Amino acid sequence: MTQLTFARAINAGLRKSLENDSKVVLLGEDIGTLGGVFRVTDGLQKDFGTHRVVDTPLAESAIVGTAVGLAYRGYRPVVEIQFDGFIYPAFDQIVSQVAKLHYRTRGAVKMPITIRVPFGGGIGSPEHHSESPEAYFTHTSGLRVVTVANPQDAYTVIQQAISCDDPVLYFEPKRRYHDKGEVDESVDPAMALPMDKARVLTDGADVTLVAYGPLVKTALDAASAAADEGISIEVIDLRSLAPVDYEPVVASVRKTGRLVVTHEAGQSGGLGAEVAASITERCFYHLEAAPVRVTGFDIPYPYSKLEMHHLPGLDRILDGVDRALGRPNSLSGLEG
Amino acid sequence: MSTDETGPGGAQTPESAGNPGSPGQEFLQLITPAGERISHPEFDFWVRDITDEQLCSLFEDMTVIRRIDVEATALQRQGELALWPPLLGQEAAQIGSGRSLRADDFVFSSYRENGVAYCRGVDLTDLLRVWRGNASGGWDPYSINMATPQIIIGAQTLHATGYAMGIQNDGADAAAITYFGDGATSEGDVSEAMVFAASFQVPVVFFCTNNHWAISEPVRLQSHIQLADRATGFGIPSLRVDGNDVLAVMAATRLALDRARRGGGPTFIEAVSYRMGPHTTADDPTRYRDANELEDWAAKDPISRLAGLLDRKGLLTAELQQQVKDKADAVAAEMRRGCTTMPDPQPMDIFKHVYSAPNSWLERQQDHYARYLASFGDPAGAVSEEGAR
Repeated sequence: MTQLTFARAINAGLRKSLENDSKVVLLGEDIGTLGGVFRVTDGLQKDFGTHRVVDTPLAESAIVGTAVGLAYRGYRPVVEIQFDGFIYPAFDQIVSQVAKLHYRTRGAVKMPITIRVPFGGGIGSPEHHSESPEAYFTHTSGLRVVTVANPQDAYTVIQQAISCDDPVLYFEPKRRYHDKGEVDESVDPAMALPMDKARVLTDGADVTLVAYGPLVKTALDAASAAADEGISIEVIDLRSLAPVDYEPVVASVRKTGRLVVTHEAGQSGGLGAEVAASITERCFYHLEAAPVRVTGFDIPYPYSKLEMHHLPGLDRILDGVDRALGRPNSLSGLEG
Repeated sequence: MSTDETGPGGAQTPESAGNPGSPGQEFLQLITPAGERISHPEFDFWVRDITDEQLCSLFEDMTVIRRIDVEATALQRQGELALWPPLLGQEAAQIGSGRSLRADDFVFSSYRENGVAYCRGVDLTDLLRVWRGNASGGWDPYSINMATPQIIIGAQTLHATGYAMGIQNDGADAAAITYFGDGATSEGDVSEAMVFAASFQVPVVFFCTNNHWAISEPVRLQSHIQLADRATGFGIPSLRVDGNDVLAVMAATRLALDRARRGGGPTFIEAVSYRMGPHTTADDPTRYRDANELEDWAAKDPISRLAGLLDRKGLLTAELQQQVKDKADAVAAEMRRGCTTMPDPQPMDIFKHVYSAPNSWLERQQDHYARYLASFGDPAGAVSEEGAR
């Protein structure tokens, strides 16, 4: 076991994949000599060469579109989209090509493409650098969407994504890049918890709190604070956003009777809506209260001096927990 | 203009056969509209091995794909196909390039290159699968080394470029070729593909069929310069050829493929042709197109041009014409039979191949829908817009 930051853990996972499979190639802007703007690919070009780790011209549609051609040729491309807000020029290639080619060719052509996207806010960046675009992709059939919340997962899930024959969007919580954690590099990704499974992080009796990516840490902090008030919260890290692994969430809500979902992305049409609706369908008679969403607002990502108002923090999550429990909260007395 | 690093060069040839509606008038030509073979100091090199027999074979290919096109259009009118994108007038561009390819080359085309698919040996039933609504892709791309036709304009140019990056990585001497129209040159993906192809010097051929119309929009709306000149700005050598001249197209494509295989990087070919029919069978070109323009282009028909050459050489015998007609009829009959006897897909097929591994969301929906269908007792006939209850 070693202590690694998120960024180093992903780097170690990429290195393992490059070592294990000569068909793995990395493509992206600044990922070679510079090692990526977050240094996630640091040193990889030096060790694997310019044909395995490719610095590309600045064109996101081309980065993804040429990955499609490489996949046709039998390669397993791993592309880096430099920032979340830069993924939109590649949207057509992702949703119309990457997602659909396996279906279009009735399984003849595999698209084992991993698209790495540093996402989310909290780092004081200007606009286009702090977005949470995951719902655009969870809505697209043919894609798998995952995110990670600790360095160990960062290390194993990136390898699982690369070895998956389906295209995977791998969302990296960029404000956690420098957080450290224990990483066991001897873990065999094939034997580890599959990337499409959720994980229950704390045992709780009163409320089920669902989070993913950057907010898992916040959710755990909230659970710890709630425990001081005698409230027992079961925190679930979704890990996979498409498909969501509902079984542990259903089991938890059947036990607690209450659900809070939190994410940084705006509320309307977000993943929280999907989770709340699915759990309501499956657990209606077990629910003691309506599911609660604690999310970013339906606004463009705000300027950095105000971003902490937009991002759900510990107190906003606890306010949501109070709503689920029918305890006094910021919306008490408000109907509808 | 072309660079000259591979064998006899690639200059454009002055030719003022008239080219209404297109910016510029000059292109490479080896057969005049009257069917006269004109020699070219550089490009003759690339077709020097074409025998009389092969000329007859090109004539047969072009006649057959025109027949395929006519038959498919008829099938659409008869309600057997939902839609069809005709290639009438573009036979020389498709056969000239398609017959220049090697089996290990890989094609990324738009939806109109049915003649290229024919050259790749496509199963004729597979050619119609998409247009009948039975599948979203007609064939296994690896069976004929041709991706299933792309409907998003220009997206395939990036796929070809990426594939060519793979060829380069593999150290292979194959090439990728991508087909697209004049309208596609306005799409960002085509520009991005040229940037990547030039930056990495990969073995890809950009084959742009300038058929003058992007549905109702004329090529002059897409570009104020010759399309071939666009490539120059990306550092990609280009050729502008008479797209209705099968030998000129062949010479240009062979030159470009040769350059690609030798590590000379990408080439852009503009094949100047004309879409004689509608964009698709759902289109009405009389709303936007001058009948005179059609007449001018009919005089440059690619098949009668080659027939003219064959005639001058004494090859256009009654026997050849009968033989070609019989082949075209047989192919059309086979295609029609394949179309009308194509089994309908099964309802649960819609869930197949979305993912290569199980997906819990989809499995649940699939399971629920199977139960729903089973509730009718007769799953295949249960569902219609009108309902069955």
